[in-house]
Amino acid sequence: MRFGVVVFPGSNCDHDCLHVVKDVLGQPAEFVWHKDPDLSKIDCVVLPGGFSYGDYLRTGAIARFSPVMDAVKKHAEKGRPVIGICNGFQILLEAGLLPGAMLRNESLKFVCKFVTLKVDSTHSPFMKHLKKDQRLSIPVAHGEGNYYADDATLKKLNENDQVLLRYVDNPNGSREDIAGITNEARNVFGLMPHPERASEKELGSTDGLAIFQSILEAV
Amino acid sequence: MTPQAVEITPDLIQKHGITPSEYEEIKSILGREPNVTELGIFSVMWSEHCSYKNSKNVLKLLPKDGRRMLVKAGEENAGVVDIGDGWVIAFKVESHNHPSAIEPFQGAATGVGGILRDIFTMGARPIMCMNSLRFGKIEEPAVKRLLTGVVAGIAHYGNCMGIPTTGGEVYFDESYEGNPLVNAFALGLARKEEIVKAKAEGIGNPVFYLGAATGRDGMGGAAFASKDLSAESEKDRPAVQVGDPFLQKLLLEAVLELLKSGCVVGIQDMGAAGLTCSTCETASRGGMGIEIDVAKVPQRETGMIPYEIMLSESQERMLVIIQKGREDEAKRIFKKWDLHAEEIGFVTGDGIMRVKEGGVTVVEIPAKRLADDAPVYTREEREPAYYKEKKTFDPKTLLAKTGDLNAALLKLLDSPTIASKEWVYEQYDHMVRTNTVVLPGSDASVIRVKGTDKYIAVSLDCNSTYCYLDPYLGGKIAVAESARNVACSGAAPLSVTNCLNFGNPHNPEIFWQLKRSVEGMRDACVAFATPVSGGNVSLYNQNPKGAVDPTPTIGMVGLLEGREPVTSHFKDAGDVILLLGDTHEELGGSEFLKVLFGVKAGPVPRLDLGEAKHLLDAILSTAAEGLLKSAHDCSEGGLAVALAESCISFKGKEIGATVDLPQGSLTPQALLFGESQSRVVVSVDAARAKRALEVIESKGVPVREIGRVGGESLAINGLVKAPLKVLSHAWRTSIHRRMGSAS
Repeated sequence: MRFGVVVFPGSNCDHDCLHVVKDVLGQPAEFVWHKDPDLSKIDCVVLPGGFSYGDYLRTGAIARFSPVMDAVKKHAEKGRPVIGICNGFQILLEAGLLPGAMLRNESLKFVCKFVTLKVDSTHSPFMKHLKKDQRLSIPVAHGEGNYYADDATLKKLNENDQVLLRYVDNPNGSREDIAGITNEARNVFGLMPHPERASEKELGSTDGLAIFQSILEAV
Repeated sequence: MTPQAVEITPDLIQKHGITPSEYEEIKSILGREPNVTELGIFSVMWSEHCSYKNSKNVLKLLPKDGRRMLVKAGEENAGVVDIGDGWVIAFKVESHNHPSAIEPFQGAATGVGGILRDIFTMGARPIMCMNSLRFGKIEEPAVKRLLTGVVAGIAHYGNCMGIPTTGGEVYFDESYEGNPLVNAFALGLARKEEIVKAKAEGIGNPVFYLGAATGRDGMGGAAFASKDLSAESEKDRPAVQVGDPFLQKLLLEAVLELLKSGCVVGIQDMGAAGLTCSTCETASRGGMGIEIDVAKVPQRETGMIPYEIMLSESQERMLVIIQKGREDEAKRIFKKWDLHAEEIGFVTGDGIMRVKEGGVTVVEIPAKRLADDAPVYTREEREPAYYKEKKTFDPKTLLAKTGDLNAALLKLLDSPTIASKEWVYEQYDHMVRTNTVVLPGSDASVIRVKGTDKYIAVSLDCNSTYCYLDPYLGGKIAVAESARNVACSGAAPLSVTNCLNFGNPHNPEIFWQLKRSVEGMRDACVAFATPVSGGNVSLYNQNPKGAVDPTPTIGMVGLLEGREPVTSHFKDAGDVILLLGDTHEELGGSEFLKVLFGVKAGPVPRLDLGEAKHLLDAILSTAAEGLLKSAHDCSEGGLAVALAESCISFKGKEIGATVDLPQGSLTPQALLFGESQSRVVVSVDAARAKRALEVIESKGVPVREIGRVGGESLAINGLVKAPLKVLSHAWRTSIHRRMGSAS
């Protein structure tokens, strides 16, 4: 499985994601510069965390217009896996690849800490190695992670089993404690917590690694 | 208006902070009267902030040499230390106190921005930030506003840049009311051959201006930082710069790429004194001259005169000297990162810093004399009137009023200086780059160096109450405490960076504090063989109510190789608790006196450097054998607070302890809350306790078994018994409660 970690101006978890897939999992992986939208050799696209375009205007609002995003959309349309972490999730929302929007955290403060997540659904190629209701310890680090969707959208997400992760102690005010969702086709996954920060014992948790391991079997 | 048209009057000279004798010196350097642009340039370059004219003679006392020192203090933007196998680290701590007092968010944010530029212009990728923050009483609304703004500003800049802010210290004391201190530390990593110098070399090499356009923000910030704060300081708000961390993230990536390409001759960031400082310093270091045309400098406002362009402190700007003929290579990298760059001049061979506007020369100053020949003063010093009186205070006179010792412990844990700083560090992204192997809240921050078996440990420390009561001892203790903290993580202390925050040096009592503190630091740095690699001096931290307590912030950097770091919290029931070091009747200058009685007095605890050194050896030797399951330094709040912190500091894994301390002739207060130096609480597996005791004793350090880990409460002799939940609530939620947010 070849991973492509997209680098937008302002991405800052790009090195961390590459490190996990390449050094921890031993997979071929490369950076994809946002101006060079060739994803033909990439199996799994990773949109990493950070502050793409300085989060100006709104998180993810400018990055969605970046040349690489057309290619990401096409990649997703072909049913190939895309994972957006933190700012990557925000970009997926802005690009319309996932439903809903992000608001500022209820506290109006940036929050970085380990949180406990509950696996709500394993119905996704990113969740193969996880069990329903399993508890995961994975850090969050964001100022705008307060997930919002209207009632109709939430209903649909729930009915289709598209909510993959929920917070046990909601750190940001997200509706229905939502931490991560997938699209209807189940190949696009967005989550606010950082699994790449919980993939090595030395960092205090390896609960995030299962997400990357799951996707290895998908293609 | 041409610079020549402005008449240089004694009043104008005085407004630039230049003394009559300095003005005579300027005339002799130029061989004529300066024009107003030149006067402005001299005023910023010869401000304390840029020239260290009042502190240079004192700074000379500090040891700079060591076998690992590759770039020594004062040579470049930051010191560089060899950590072996071809790896080097560049680090520095710097103040942004005055801007943060006026505009906390931007002041603190640009403080982080400035220190990060210092690191990456040397070719090192910044991998961690820390900070030392000091405020007045947290109950004051003005302090809450400052704390909120400063923390949000640091978070804004560091988080966006993607560099973890892994810890530091936050200290509250009345002396900082109206004079907050914001000291930002950054550390970068590079291969040895990647380190570059800020030098202009090669006649004819083009000089590029890279980054943000120049505006009128930050006009004369270096000069502003070199005078007292007053009610008038609000008017200086335009002297506070506005930061754009996103732009700086692009600069960081572009600069590192540029340096790798090999087309760069020299590079310097435009920090304090902006274009002025970067041009004359690079020229002076290279033994060259430099010529620039301000008309070519990108400007974000219209009608700016050369004086403004040269003195502006707009953020996120760099000066880059490129090898002639390789301009296109550089331009490709600028373009890739969507950065604005302009060729504004070239290197010359005449040693002159020449500034033109269009074709007209507006400044001609010998670069070396401007950069290096600022006057140096030895100020008058005098022992302060309070010194002897405070020293003779006997804490025992208050002890009868202590009341319940359990309540006293809770009060100390609840005091914001001692309490958990969770409210602060959860706003910082402290994990990005996935190297933070010890989360905030332990004695030192520890990050790993990927691809090696190395870890870097850093601790920022200063007990300014000690420094007020006894600056010499206080300076010595600050170094010893930070070394102890680093050692408690298992890392060997390597080198020190410092930020000297004091009041107005023209006051002989303040200058005495400065000199005595530095002498204390010197003696400790020599004893531990930890040379000073650089830092910063911030004077004039005072307002009409008074000066800050002397605050020589120490940043100690240590290296750990080949094994995992030690953390400060107790791990498993049944582990044996050992206390290294002796406890004396020492309550002078303690948090106990301050928190319970509002008293800042008494003799500061003694510190024997030989004992301190032996203690470091003992900790490092036991850590090297893998004997330590936890190690925690005893500092503010004494042994009782240290034990409580070891029980509760790791959220979700709290564990109790039962301790029996030999009391001897000590008062219970001194036993529990005295701050005797060179003490560390460690826990070890019961089966290995004997070996640990042997190793520690072989280093000549007094050590005794004092108890066991386990249970749901902390019990000390018959004096203290408190459930973990109660201790944890007092300690962990203190700042949350005071800042009005639930934990």
